[in-house]
Amino acid sequence: MPNRKYNRSIDWLTVGLYSLLVLFGWLNIYAANFNPENPIFFDTSHEYFKQLVWIGFSLLFVGMIVITDSKFYVEFSYIFYGITILLLVIVLLFGKEINGAKSWFEIGPIRFQPAELSKMATNLAIARALSRYGFTFSKTSNLLKAAFIVLLPMLLILLQNDTGSALVYSVFIIVFYREGLTGYVLTFGFIAAVVAVLTLIVPNATIIGIIVLAILLILYFKGARAALLKAVIIGGLVLAPSYALYRFVPLNIKAEYVLIPAIAGLSIHLLYTTLSKRFNKFVPTYLLILWSAILLTVSADYFFEDVLSDYQRTRINVLLGIEQDPLGAGYNVNQSKIAIGSGGLYGKGYLQGTQTKFNFVPEQSTDFIYCTVGEEWGFIGSTSVVLLFVFLLLRLLYLAEKQHSTFSRVYGYGVAAIFFFHFAINIGMTIGLAPVIGIPLPFFSYGGSSLWGFTLLLFIFLKLDMNRAELIR
Amino acid sequence: MGGINNRTILIAGIIMSLALIFIAKLFILQVYDTSYKFSAVSNTRREVTQYPSRGLVYDRNGKLLVSNQAVYDVMVVPRDIVPFDSIDFCQSLNISIEQLRERFVQMRKDIRSRKISTYKPSVFFKQLSAEQYGNFQEKLYKFKGFFVQGRTLRKYEYPTAAHVLGYVGEINEQQLKDDAYYTPGDYLGISGIEQTYEHELRGKKGVKYMLVDVHGREKGAFKEGRHDTAAIAGKNITLSLDIELQQYGEQLMQNKVGSIVAIEPASGEILSLISAPNYDPSLLIGRDRSKNFPVLLTDSLKPLLNRAVQSSYPPGSTFKTINALIGLQEGVLKPYTTHECFMGYFARGLSVGCHPHDSPLNLTQSIQHSCNAYYCYEFRNILDNPKYGSIQESFNAWKDYAVKFGFGYKLGADFHNESRGFIPNADWFDRVYRKSWNSLTVISLSIGQGEILTTPLQMANMAAMLANRGQYFTPHIIKNIEDKSLDDTFRKIHDTGIDVQHFAPIVNGMELAVWGGAGSTARIAQIPGISICGKTGTAQNPHGDDHSIFIAFAPKDDPQIAIAVYVENGGFGATWGAPIASLMVEKYLNDTIHPGRKWIEKRMLEGDLINAKQKIQ
Ligand SMILES: [Zn+2]
Repeated sequence: MPNRKYNRSIDWLTVGLYSLLVLFGWLNIYAANFNPENPIFFDTSHEYFKQLVWIGFSLLFVGMIVITDSKFYVEFSYIFYGITILLLVIVLLFGKEINGAKSWFEIGPIRFQPAELSKMATNLAIARALSRYGFTFSKTSNLLKAAFIVLLPMLLILLQNDTGSALVYSVFIIVFYREGLTGYVLTFGFIAAVVAVLTLIVPNATIIGIIVLAILLILYFKGARAALLKAVIIGGLVLAPSYALYRFVPLNIKAEYVLIPAIAGLSIHLLYTTLSKRFNKFVPTYLLILWSAILLTVSADYFFEDVLSDYQRTRINVLLGIEQDPLGAGYNVNQSKIAIGSGGLYGKGYLQGTQTKFNFVPEQSTDFIYCTVGEEWGFIGSTSVVLLFVFLLLRLLYLAEKQHSTFSRVYGYGVAAIFFFHFAINIGMTIGLAPVIGIPLPFFSYGGSSLWGFTLLLFIFLKLDMNRAELIR
Repeated sequence: MGGINNRTILIAGIIMSLALIFIAKLFILQVYDTSYKFSAVSNTRREVTQYPSRGLVYDRNGKLLVSNQAVYDVMVVPRDIVPFDSIDFCQSLNISIEQLRERFVQMRKDIRSRKISTYKPSVFFKQLSAEQYGNFQEKLYKFKGFFVQGRTLRKYEYPTAAHVLGYVGEINEQQLKDDAYYTPGDYLGISGIEQTYEHELRGKKGVKYMLVDVHGREKGAFKEGRHDTAAIAGKNITLSLDIELQQYGEQLMQNKVGSIVAIEPASGEILSLISAPNYDPSLLIGRDRSKNFPVLLTDSLKPLLNRAVQSSYPPGSTFKTINALIGLQEGVLKPYTTHECFMGYFARGLSVGCHPHDSPLNLTQSIQHSCNAYYCYEFRNILDNPKYGSIQESFNAWKDYAVKFGFGYKLGADFHNESRGFIPNADWFDRVYRKSWNSLTVISLSIGQGEILTTPLQMANMAAMLANRGQYFTPHIIKNIEDKSLDDTFRKIHDTGIDVQHFAPIVNGMELAVWGGAGSTARIAQIPGISICGKTGTAQNPHGDDHSIFIAFAPKDDPQIAIAVYVENGGFGATWGAPIASLMVEKYLNDTIHPGRKWIEKRMLEGDLINAKQKIQ
């Protein structure tokens, strides 16, 4: 052990947060299964017993991770990645379909979801790729490679019809951003999200109009004033005949397409003047954003109608208030909000909940476990859980920044980003701020695959952190 | 890496902002907005199922056959029960204290096995009478945790057509698993059209959310009824059944065992479908069902059995029409083909008897006199046709014809319990006779005896097919469903593949069987002014007297009704089958029975084949 002097002890603060979350999670799974009519305090056939077994195994895994050399994770990261991709393909071909998603292996009594494992493997592969000497996002080949590593498992999980688990991978954009990906991407991602939501509420033509106005305003304040006036006049000249055509000739096309020629004319003029006169070099970038947003607007309808399944569509519609359906898609969220809201400031007390028992709230020990927290522990308890997660996430960021090796830092960011996504969507959905996408709350939700997945994810990072000084590459 | 860069701060900022948003939202949900708390105070929201009324059933003339009547169930929310005066409780419901105790024991059992929830209402006591309901409703305030919920039961306007209508009963565990729409205690159609058209008749349950105070009293609608869904009433349906004809047929069949099926040939609509003995459908409503059902179930005459679609009998001589058509189509029989008959058919140590009649006779006469010998010759000609290489090949060709006539398989009528009858194929005989058989071995098929079995429905369909000269519609009892078009399968013409010119000699024979001179088999079926065509059948029955069979249709050139009558142990076809069929036809076409035929009607109504037989035994 030549490097022993570099080793530090495990980060006990994180271990403490982890233990608190797992323990509190288990208590709530117990409560969600507790039947006050028939108070058997322990029954090995129940979920809380099984969860205890999963926790036991997790401790075993933690032990194994801690005694494994850190270099192992670095060296084998691509191999892990390859194996999990293979598993994802196999499960797609031979897996078992549960709740409409073909994402489970079933071997005897044991069910296992490879998507939970692939988060960890993808994170390792990303850390490996980004820590390569000379890696920079400004090189297109590097960017493509990183995107490929993320998109491949995402696509496979999407094919399993497990949209929730697939969406998790989009969170790697945060890691990329931290590692130098241009801020435009984050801005654009944000605009894309806003536009996608708007397309479902506001007519497309209005959105495109707003986008054009916003971009023109930005350009105006950025100083591209001379070319702007002429461009707007050209746009207006093109718009007038196309609008007249649309209005008086029954062509049966959508209103938004009327705007396109005008915007095209406007863009071409701007592009031409800025390129030929070689000033206001930011203009082409904004034009790119403008056209991407238009494309997104036009294609969002297609995505919404043809890619999303019926129930996902209804859930999103209910969330946005387009559809009223308190007993259908909105039922889960409605019941969930009633349960959480009924907890009040202090909660009803442990095992005293009524709404999270007897199936008022569906999936009360998996996706909706947070309801039990809200009902029995009240505002105090549910806020504490939020704060525990925030502390954990900030601690992970802090530890990641302390890493000397890029590999460990990128991996740490990945862990934080994945936890963040689960935390944001799961709690957001139970309190009606996010659509109902069935993904678990880390360490809380019932289920072996997810608990193991999150534990592995976290403790590999803690192991890397123990050798933080050693792995300078 | 020195210090913490801007991007990290931005990421940390995003995390903390989201946490702040969550905490703010939690604060609104849990502390600021009290409406959520209010809507949850341990089930202050009571869910009351709104049961839709089941669709009404009408006959083809718009007469109401089945309607609904209101009853009330006592519901219980177990965890809301507080100790109460059980004597008072029992008195107001008019039950004994033991019954009440029993109910409580059962309720605890159901709670333990998680069959019912302590938080949600479940049925405590089923179907109060109006009087019980009045008494109990008055004292309801004393019994916390209990309330009364209305629902509907069936009401039958006629004591008739029980087998057609079927009955409605409580759902069983298997059905609960199969269809998520139902909850324990729901009612659904179990047989007859109640079962076939369950999805149309049941409508859609609704739910009403009531606010309930801590004392269990309803305090009005939860959130102004915004979350309520109204029950949608079931669809009304119209049957093709003619209830008066049905009633008349049931009277004619009283004290007999058997079946009548009448069909409108032009549409395949079933005009009446009678299975005797029958029972009053009102016997199987609600609480009476548990009392009456076992009695009907154990009755030796099996009144619950729908003989019209479930029983398979040999078709007897009525099947000669089919064999003749097959022979004509195959070209081995011509209308002018004659055969001699001296009281039967004799070949190689085998004989098939016949009765005295003119000889020789041609095809039309063979139907008129129902000559057995003629059909033995004819059937052997079909099977020994040199066109086919082997008996197996020719027999399967014959079988294929029979199947095209609607035999051997379910017709696909709207009865779930329809049986398929039986038409053997060559393999079947190969097994039975170890491959050593010939046309003589299976000769009894020529006269509708032996291995073939048909349901009365299939025989009525045969009559309709003859009336239509070779085509038929799948027989069905449904005529119209509210806001919904009928199944296309009921509108599709089935063609038997027999050329239309082959029907004339057969139909003429059937006409002469009724209207011909002495020796015609069914002269008793003559209805003044109506050109009825018929064919008798007498099926040998190894267990007792022969079965009496008659198929008929009328009028000859514009058939309005086709009918098959089957009277078990009735003897000759002309004894019971022909008179009953002709009376049904006369009733349907003329509405009254000709004075000259009243004696036949009287004899049929008074005829008693059940008690007479029991006397002999
Ligand atoms: Zn004869």
